[in-house]
Amino acid sequence: MLRLEQRPEPAKSMVYVSPLIAVLLTVITSMVVFAILGVDPVRAIEAFFIEPISNLDGLAELCVKATPLVLIGVGLSFGFQANVWNIGAEGQLTLGALAGGGLALALFNQESILLVPAMIVAGVLGGMAWATIPALLKTRFNTNEILTSLMLTYVALLLLSYLVHGPWKDPQGQNFPESRLFHVSAMLPVVVEGTRLNVGWLLALLVVAGCWVLMTRHIFGFQVKVIGMAPMAASFAGFREKRIVWMTLLLSGGCAGLAGVIEVAGAIGQIVPVISPGYGFTAIIVAFLGRLHPVGVLLAGLLMALTYLGGDSAQITMNLPNAVTGVFQGMLLFFLLASDVLIRYRIRFGRHRIALEAAE
Amino acid sequence: MSFDWLVPAILTIVTAATPLVFAAVGEAVAEKAGVLNLGVEGMMIIGAIAAFATAVSTGSGLLAVVAGAAAGLLLALIFGVLTIYLQSNQVATGLALTIFGLGLSALIGHGYVGKTFAGLPKLDIPGITSIPVIGPLLFGHDGLVYFSVVSVIAVGWFLNRTRAGMLVRAVGENHDAAHSIGYSVTLIRLAAVMFGGAMAGIGGAYLSIAYTPLWVENMTAGRGWIALALVVFASWKPWRAFLGAYLFGGITIIQLYAQGMGVHVSAQFLSMLPYIATILVLVLISRDETRARLNAPACLGRNFHASG
Repeated sequence: MLRLEQRPEPAKSMVYVSPLIAVLLTVITSMVVFAILGVDPVRAIEAFFIEPISNLDGLAELCVKATPLVLIGVGLSFGFQANVWNIGAEGQLTLGALAGGGLALALFNQESILLVPAMIVAGVLGGMAWATIPALLKTRFNTNEILTSLMLTYVALLLLSYLVHGPWKDPQGQNFPESRLFHVSAMLPVVVEGTRLNVGWLLALLVVAGCWVLMTRHIFGFQVKVIGMAPMAASFAGFREKRIVWMTLLLSGGCAGLAGVIEVAGAIGQIVPVISPGYGFTAIIVAFLGRLHPVGVLLAGLLMALTYLGGDSAQITMNLPNAVTGVFQGMLLFFLLASDVLIRYRIRFGRHRIALEAAE
Repeated sequence: MSFDWLVPAILTIVTAATPLVFAAVGEAVAEKAGVLNLGVEGMMIIGAIAAFATAVSTGSGLLAVVAGAAAGLLLALIFGVLTIYLQSNQVATGLALTIFGLGLSALIGHGYVGKTFAGLPKLDIPGITSIPVIGPLLFGHDGLVYFSVVSVIAVGWFLNRTRAGMLVRAVGENHDAAHSIGYSVTLIRLAAVMFGGAMAGIGGAYLSIAYTPLWVENMTAGRGWIALALVVFASWKPWRAFLGAYLFGGITIIQLYAQGMGVHVSAQFLSMLPYIATILVLVLISRDETRARLNAPACLGRNFHASG
């Protein structure tokens, strides 16, 4: 019979092997599910993973979709290490988009090269402002940040809905709940001509590099890890836990806000009722799959972006519902969490000797 | 002033509160056993689609409720195996359960958008249900409403008055002690988690076959998370969770009636009320750190491994 035996030391290698196992298991399971549904599994996998990135356009689109996932994922990975669970990134993204996009709408007639940088700053601040609420409530009133940040996501989405149905609705828009299109000077410059790939992707790479320094070379990254692994040691060492709560929430909120403003000023170009197809939640998977490490998050973000593209492609070419993407992502996280058991335990066959003696 | 609106208003509160009662009471049992399952939203939505699909294809409300419970239970089983046997992080696994449940329900529900179901039959005792005010309030609900009340009483009795209930609490308060005197922490926890899943599934079923008898993607709209907040609000006591759920039902009612009463606020702002109220309630209840800690099961969220 199978049983788990604790390893004397957590296995470092398994930290990196486990995501690969998880991806492999997800692909195998999906193929089985596709076969049961009567869809050719090889064809489905091809439509999901190969076709979307078989040309330059597809690769550019991959980076466009990966931008918010990587940004949010890398921001979240600090908090998740310190046991600060911000799961309201979707709301912080929305507020970032509203702050940055609102600026673009307010200054519609101003043509200035400073407009885009100002929008980006506004977006970051918007996301941070929304994350301030759970941070304040957690540090001041001991309120669970998981629930407050999530509740605020619903509030943010309703605020967005109010704005596009009311004050920000385009008067010439035939009553569609959308803002007017941003002026060209409020749009992020495109990097690869003829695609939608904009400087947002470069910003994301910059943030990844910055976070890598912060996590591996700065005292803040060290404190975050100690608080997560040994909270007692952290308090003996004099780390101020409340400060870490504030910093991690503001950092993840700012990253999510940046992702939001990049979405509206890059790929979308106006404020629409649905800015993100759940990037804020998918980024949670990205953070875990990327082992809460900036470089890992970058790779995981690209993989997750591929599942979005794959979902669209499978919908068009094979008439599979788009929701397959969500199932895929959830399954991947399940398999990842399950294979992570191998980091601290090894699987043994047969009964434990001591257990046998005890039973006698 | 006429009070004609009062009876329908209270009936709306009841229907809005019932799904929360099921989900919160189920989660309270799981948390009493020391397992924090953040996947309530996912289990509710999967219960909603399973029940709706069953209702549409069989026409039976009872079968639909059973299907909803079974679907929630199966999802909870995944969570239980991962966290209890494979030692995965409870917070992360709960989030995964929600993401997975929302995706899977959308996939299954693809073919059910636009279908309709007549809804659960209401209790109708000739001569009694038609008594003004008291009749519809006490004898005019569908079966699940009565079942939710019964479940609150039953769970309260089970947790406080039975030996098995005491074991559930023991495992949640101190899993090492419970293990050392020979009780199976893993089995008790798995059972508690599965009960929580089945109840969340019934709560979801109520949404899709009684509250609004149709299928809409993401129709739970955060109710699973509100149920989680209710458990904290209730200090893990079923009767207080029931009370909390009805308070939230009351807030829902403000949304529906405010515009009728001439209050001119955008619908979106009124829809924010339940979420903002949840935050306020959480702040009030967790302000006193020592009391909050005393109420929570001591082993909540901590995994157990016998070799440790």
